[in-house]
Amino acid sequence: MSDVAASVKKIVVEHLGVDEAKVVDSASFIDDLGADSLDTVELVMAFEEEFGVEIPDDAAEKILTVKDAISFIEESSK
Amino acid sequence: MTEPSPIMSGKRGLIMGVANDRSIAWGIAKAVAAQGAELAFTFQGEALQKRVEPLAAQLGSNLVLPCDVTDDASVTKTFETIREKWGKLDFLVHAIAYSDKEELKGKYVNTSRDNFLKTLDISCYSFTRIAKEAAELMTDGGSLVTLSYYGAERVMPHYNVMGVAKAALEASIRYLAADLGGDNIRVNGLSAGPMKTLAASGIGDFRYILKWNQYNSPLRRNVTLEDVGGAGMYLLSDLSGGVTGEVHHVDCGYNIVGMKAVDAPDISTV
Repeated sequence: MSDVAASVKKIVVEHLGVDEAKVVDSASFIDDLGADSLDTVELVMAFEEEFGVEIPDDAAEKILTVKDAISFIEESSK
Repeated sequence: MTEPSPIMSGKRGLIMGVANDRSIAWGIAKAVAAQGAELAFTFQGEALQKRVEPLAAQLGSNLVLPCDVTDDASVTKTFETIREKWGKLDFLVHAIAYSDKEELKGKYVNTSRDNFLKTLDISCYSFTRIAKEAAELMTDGGSLVTLSYYGAERVMPHYNVMGVAKAALEASIRYLAADLGGDNIRVNGLSAGPMKTLAASGIGDFRYILKWNQYNSPLRRNVTLEDVGGAGMYLLSDLSGGVTGEVHHVDCGYNIVGMKAVDAPDISTV
């Protein structure tokens, strides 16, 4: 697992208070991890802070799963 | 010599509008609690309840009440509960606003009637309604603080109808200050510089606004939760005993600036 992936998963576990085992790449924040609409905004803010990246609204709307978040952050920090 | 008692000791206040630990209302709540205030909180809806309850607990508060400011019965019930639990109230923070996110981008001229009315109802009228209820419980005088933004005074990109609502809110502050001053109840506004709160996430191009303020404010930075907490504590405490009807800028001085700082980088794209 890449550093980014590990950090993203750590943030998700802490923010949503879910079991680490559930935070797999394919997990959907809302459908699988029980996030509400405010959680998704807060997660994006937390990712921006942790990785120093900017996630515009239109990109944030497409980040639905753990994998989506990892890919976006890896792409934008290249 | 005995230790002086904390500035807010013996005072009880209601904090309306904490969403999470980045909220301006949370910054103020922490600051007044650190000075000995006892607090109650309100929330609107389950999503906010689950965020506010643990934060309230951090400050030793278990008085966390539902309040939908668009519903008069709900507002009345909130203050009835405060009356039952505490009998009186010393201060209140109103940190509540709403507008349709789709209208916080693009042009103000496209504002719909529905969203205009809803924005003004929740972001402005709610403070008037709450002030009336709170004043009845402020039998030993009190202090009310609401939150504004410079977009009330000057045009800010994307702030649109929220700027109009904040302008109305700032006018309300003055009228309420005049109405309630005879009962030694003070009414003030805190106009914070842009902060990365949950509410701000609804405003288009917010990053640009943050950068612009950072580069162009006299202090060359954005405000912190501690900055707004300290100023809020001052307005809620007896330290500001002679201050009412005021809108206090806590914006690193941005409101005094006339144009871009000479040394500010060109940030046409950020």
